[in-house]
Amino acid sequence: MDTVRILYFAWLRERAGRAEEHLVLPADVATVGGLMTWLGARDDGLRDAFGQAGLVRAAVNQNFAANDTPIRAGDEVALFPPITGG
Amino acid sequence: MARVSVQSEDFDLATELDLLQQAAPGCGGIGSFIGIVRSTAERPIIAMTLEHYPGMTATAIAGITAEAEARFSLLACTVIHRYGRLRAGERIVFVGAAAAHRRAALGATSFLIDWLKTKAPFWKQEHLADGTAAWVAAKAEDDTDAGRW
Repeated sequence: MDTVRILYFAWLRERAGRAEEHLVLPADVATVGGLMTWLGARDDGLRDAFGQAGLVRAAVNQNFAANDTPIRAGDEVALFPPITGG
Repeated sequence: MARVSVQSEDFDLATELDLLQQAAPGCGGIGSFIGIVRSTAERPIIAMTLEHYPGMTATAIAGITAEAEARFSLLACTVIHRYGRLRAGERIVFVGAAAAHRRAALGATSFLIDWLKTKAPFWKQEHLADGTAAWVAAKAEDDTDAGRW
């Protein structure tokens, strides 16, 4: 599978206007941080959110991830605001 | 042994406490916490919608209960977390911890709810009396509370 599955949650989902998409990433997009930069360049609403430190968190294959966590084709990457559970 | 459930429907408190006690032979104490949708005069809330990450939620909570069982030598514990639209006054979450003694049971209960707040993938949206909706912002104190363990 060549694509990465990207999921958006909460107000980030509303900002993106979609809950999920499947994208083929350019070869130089290899980390969570790189993905956010790339997605932000394609979408003004997302760029504003990604540009503010601490506003968006991520999980790769359903494990919490950091900016430098690697992403490969076939991965599931979730992007979301800080959690408000409990 | 942990019982974890992520569900839209309400739960029965007496049933859950009985199940927890039965799952923990030899326990000397059970601690519990119930989270409730709160509406106040200053901020009247009609309802709250809880969104979650279905593929990840149960696994993330199971990781949290495993950590609690190891840290507090629990005999059993339960986490039930609801999702969907809940009206003011409805229960959101149940946490129960059974241990040999009260200190472990009560400590584990605090630990479980503190970690759920920051490590279980849920997001709350409040529906206000004036018809607007607002996503709840994460509180810095929640990170502080989770970090003290």
